[in-house]
Amino acid sequence: MKTLRDVNVGETVTVAKISGEGAVKRRIMDMGITKGVEIYVRKIAPLGDPVEVTVRGYELSVRKADAEMIIIKED
Amino acid sequence: MGIRIALAGNPNCGKTTLFNALTGSNQFVGNWPGVTVEYKEGKYKSNKEVTIVDLPGIYSLSPYTLEEVVSRNYLIDQKPEAIINVIDGTNLERNLYLTTQVVELGIPVVIAINMMDVVEKNGDKINTAKLSEEIGVPVVEISALKNRGLKEIVDCAIKAAREADPQSPKHRFAGSVEHAFAHIEELCLHDMTDENVQRWYAIKLFERDEKIQEKLGLSQDVIAHINKDIESCEKELDDDAESIITGERYNYIGTIINGCVKKAAKGMTTSDKIDQVVTNRWLALPIFAIVMYLVYYISVTTVGGWATDWANDGVFGDGWHLFAIGTSAYTEDADEYAGNQLIVDGYDAYVEENGKKPTGDFEYPVEDEETLEVTYETASLEDYKEAKSYMDSTEEPDPADYGIWIPGVPVFVESALDAAHCNDVVKSLILDGIVAGVGAVLGFVPQILILFIFLAFLEACGYMARVAFIMDRIFRKFGLSGKSFIPMLIGTGCGIPGIMASRTIESDRDRKMTIMTTTFIPCGAKLPFIAMVAGAIFGGASWVAPSAYFLGIGAIIISGIMLKKTKLFAGDPAPFVMELPAYHWPTLGNVLRSMWERGWSFIKKAGTIILLSTIVIWFLTFFGMVDGSIQMLEEDQIDVSFLATVGKAFAWLFAPLGFGNWQATVASVTGLVAKENIVGTLGIIYGASGDVYATMAAAFTAASGFAFLAFNLLCAPCFAAMGAIKREMNNTKWFWTAIGYQCGFAWIVALICYQVGKVFTGEGFTFGTIFGIAGICLIVYGLVRKDKYNAK
Repeated sequence: MKTLRDVNVGETVTVAKISGEGAVKRRIMDMGITKGVEIYVRKIAPLGDPVEVTVRGYELSVRKADAEMIIIKED
Repeated sequence: MGIRIALAGNPNCGKTTLFNALTGSNQFVGNWPGVTVEYKEGKYKSNKEVTIVDLPGIYSLSPYTLEEVVSRNYLIDQKPEAIINVIDGTNLERNLYLTTQVVELGIPVVIAINMMDVVEKNGDKINTAKLSEEIGVPVVEISALKNRGLKEIVDCAIKAAREADPQSPKHRFAGSVEHAFAHIEELCLHDMTDENVQRWYAIKLFERDEKIQEKLGLSQDVIAHINKDIESCEKELDDDAESIITGERYNYIGTIINGCVKKAAKGMTTSDKIDQVVTNRWLALPIFAIVMYLVYYISVTTVGGWATDWANDGVFGDGWHLFAIGTSAYTEDADEYAGNQLIVDGYDAYVEENGKKPTGDFEYPVEDEETLEVTYETASLEDYKEAKSYMDSTEEPDPADYGIWIPGVPVFVESALDAAHCNDVVKSLILDGIVAGVGAVLGFVPQILILFIFLAFLEACGYMARVAFIMDRIFRKFGLSGKSFIPMLIGTGCGIPGIMASRTIESDRDRKMTIMTTTFIPCGAKLPFIAMVAGAIFGGASWVAPSAYFLGIGAIIISGIMLKKTKLFAGDPAPFVMELPAYHWPTLGNVLRSMWERGWSFIKKAGTIILLSTIVIWFLTFFGMVDGSIQMLEEDQIDVSFLATVGKAFAWLFAPLGFGNWQATVASVTGLVAKENIVGTLGIIYGASGDVYATMAAAFTAASGFAFLAFNLLCAPCFAAMGAIKREMNNTKWFWTAIGYQCGFAWIVALICYQVGKVFTGEGFTFGTIFGIAGICLIVYGLVRKDKYNAK
């Protein structure tokens, strides 16, 4: 199962599902990361974590640990 | 009747700019009761009947973050007459997500699409008429920054409030979800007359919102029944209920966006270009270092430092030269005069001591003003001759001769009291109690204001979010936010603006943790004390000062790890999913307003506690029982003061730490007024019999001296900083928790320093060592124990 954590900088992926539950999941989804949305992985922070992604036309910073909850479509 | 209009919108949507533009100076800024979230209310400039309430910036009405809960409760319980939903026109999609929730509340909503100037500049087109039709509420294009559409939006909201006919939300969810809603409404919400409100509660119950279940007082039976409906729905759509709703909302937005928005072909925006450099893998850290250096250099080292010196030593000290004209010339002359006087005095002292004149070089003592350290310099007879002739020909320099000299408040008040032939007790109360207390409050304000110009700028321009992005990896391990870096950095200068700087941290838990730990870092006022301990007890060893910083940093790290596992910080883990807003140039008005609000809130909220505690300590210090009656004392009679009585009563507390004497206890207490007072108090107490340093060296061993240092560095900070903690926590329980934790932690660390230190300083293993080791075990346990409250 591929997650957002495994995506290289510069790639665009589509979200298949968000795993997990509760506050963390709700927050991720509130910010617009929902099933079927496209995510562009823009860059990694200078210390290696978190990552910056573009989703729904804006920039979002996501920790790698949280990025693992975002399962992406494999083609 | 008055109308209340609430402003709701995402963070960074320009809500604050709009609020400022609508209300001007008619604002009230406070906190929501008992929490650290800010509350803002103001009267509409053009119609005082209209009250505008600025809700915290939120992305959703979920029950998980404090800001969202506060906003939600306000909207549901206080029911404002209308809501202006502020939307960032450059980011419609995510902003409309909140809209889909706000329109469900049964309160008339009007939408303000903000930043239209930027939208137009980017060449994007928004069909507002169509958007209005799709969502079913009026839409007005505005630009809060350019004062565009402001009257229209408020008029529109007032009209909606007067009509009091809330919109029915137009969006519908998937068939099976709607089916479940119908069931829920029928089962437990049929009493509600307002269909919109009924629907809102149905949605929340579908999401299994525990706060709403509680609010409605549903029985377990009903909840179980509802659960069945929800579960069948979840099965069909293969997701949990909350996610289904969220997903459906975004899908709905997707369908309306396509018809209403035309984006121009997108190249790199200026913001993208800036970000490419600023958070570049290689450049990010150097740029960060430069920015932080600048902030520190200006707000602590230079301008801020000058401002604090001016406020403390000038306005609340002897006085100051207007525009600092003449100050440097005066200082130079005063130093020269003092230097010569030392030589002449040293010569006279030699004569008195030896009964004859020195025949060659002689030594004379020089005392450091801050640390009371005494060093000996050698002067030749030639030097003496020069000094003597200088002294004979020169008057002591008078600051008034060098420029326009403005006497400080204490000087001014003192002369006024003398002129009124005021009673000594009242005079002392006013000068040493009240004026000193007010000085302690106001003395820090200039620096707070200067720092907050920077913070407001960094926040408004978008760099603050990048600070969190860059530093997150290091700080989150200790339960802190990447943004905690700034409070800690500023804390090395002064803890008060440091604590206040925690305001920029969004997460409530991270913010509280930062407030609790910031003052562990040695601030500027602790430096003379550190130097004194190093000089008097450790013979000027160079490792003492750095060890104080390591101790501070260690205390923050250890406390962060320990505290985040406690029940205090239990609860849903706050995910770090943070928007990195586009960079933009902030307006001067907003920056200045933010600066002023924070400075003022410090005076208002922290002032009382600082003033009162200063007066209490004044009383304890200057009064005592002499020959069976209460008397007012001179400064050097501290040994018979009530403070000494208190010190004697509580000295046993410090016996396990190696300094269970009243002198050290009293010094620690006066340190609460201001940490640099510790040096002065020790000077008075230990100076009576001659050399302060020598007496101190005799009173402390290496182990007890270091324990004394450690305790005073880590325990409760000065009253001014405590006032700042109280203000920022905005909760009495949390305030005492913070102070209690700091003192308790300081006590244990000092215990370890003393008891274990003794083993290494040649006193060998004693009974007390067991307690020292127990202290270490306690901390290690706190560090490694399982995190049962936040288990993933």
